[in-house]
Amino acid sequence: MDLSVIIHNLDFMLGGLVLTFQLALITIAGGLLLGILLAMARLSSKPWLYYPATLYIHFFRGLPLILVIFWLYFLSPIITGQSMDEFLAAVVSFIVFEAAYFAEIIRAGIQSISIGQSMAAYASGLTFFQCARHVILPQALRNMTPALVTQAVVIFQDTSLAYVIGLREFLRRVNLVDAREARSVELYLFAGLVYFLFCSAGALISHRLENRLQRDWV
Amino acid sequence: MGFLNYTFDWTVLWREPYGAMLIKGIVTTIHLSLLAWLIAMMLGISIGICRVLPSRPIRFAGSVYVQIFRNTPFLVQLFFWYFAAPLLLPKSSQAWLYDHVSDYSFWAGVIALGTYTASRLAEQFRSGLLAISPDQYHAAYSTGLTTFQTYRHVIAPYAFRIIIPPFTTEFLTCFKNSALTMTIGVMEITHTAYYIDSFTWHGLETTTAASLTYLLISAWVVLFMSLIEKRLPIPGMIARGQ
Repeated sequence: MDLSVIIHNLDFMLGGLVLTFQLALITIAGGLLLGILLAMARLSSKPWLYYPATLYIHFFRGLPLILVIFWLYFLSPIITGQSMDEFLAAVVSFIVFEAAYFAEIIRAGIQSISIGQSMAAYASGLTFFQCARHVILPQALRNMTPALVTQAVVIFQDTSLAYVIGLREFLRRVNLVDAREARSVELYLFAGLVYFLFCSAGALISHRLENRLQRDWV
Repeated sequence: MGFLNYTFDWTVLWREPYGAMLIKGIVTTIHLSLLAWLIAMMLGISIGICRVLPSRPIRFAGSVYVQIFRNTPFLVQLFFWYFAAPLLLPKSSQAWLYDHVSDYSFWAGVIALGTYTASRLAEQFRSGLLAISPDQYHAAYSTGLTTFQTYRHVIAPYAFRIIIPPFTTEFLTCFKNSALTMTIGVMEITHTAYYIDSFTWHGLETTTAASLTYLLISAWVVLFMSLIEKRLPIPGMIARGQ
């Protein structure tokens, strides 16, 4: 074990964490937004909303994320005539992919709300969107928060896949340092430790929320 | 502009030598996933059981395993097994490894995917075991069964059926995660699709083929498992759900 390799390259490697967090936060925000729309479409009684959304969700849940990245990589030059900026390519493929997972979490959350709630909302004259915005979603969001936090942790881990398109996020930088210094054991243990700290903090939050939720509802 | 620039050439999927490469890629994906799944099942079920045993140190050890493997990205684990793990071996074993195991990346992929999936299976298995009413345990112990007999004859038959749906999902996750082994050079289907693009510029067609492989195999597995699920209902459990 030679920890000096970590100390000497600490700034360079931790600098990649900024990009990792950027990727994760943008993906979570975009994925959540698209996921809500998809979940609502999947719960809709209109076939032209239900079938495309269902197809979308099954399609992306059936593919590895890395393949979705390649889809964008091969498709975007054909559609736009030029290759996409790497950061944009990563963000778009992450959002498109994770939205399918968010959609299923949100759908489960919405379906955990009693039908009486939406009946009461419609009876008091709210429109579909008002009902969703003011009655269903606030309650459903509460129920699904633990699962959403868990998914956020998964996304944080998934950002490491930006590695394949050459983005210099945390893991790519660790890899670059290893290519120069050839100290794989120390460097990958260090990378694992850094991810572990952030992810177990996320897992802890999810666990706490779950406990609090159970306490409140009883 | 637009699609006009691109002429599809689907013959890339079967003409020599690419057709054979794609088939080999599909076989490698399935081979790697199944071997990893075998490791994951053995390890995952053992750790899942450890996490519900009465002994506190054993429960703690199981929990440490699950936390470590679940809270680090699979890609980091893959790089660890591929780049770092051989360096931890004694010098003589390292030399043997580099001389005799030509496809070390494949085996690193199997170990990484197997140990990672095991941590996820352990959690599913644990919650399956915890879903079984404590009365079952009490009844089994009170009739004089030992801990092992209780698990073997009373708990396991229940747990097995409860975990079929989550295990199906986990198998598909394991199958899809095998694509990441391309980063260490395993020539599975995703890597093959990407690789053929570098000779032919027809990555779109090969990526389509790779996607269809994943989607078709997933659909087939889901269908097969739902048949098994229908064949093996737990007596008295359906009525409760209805």
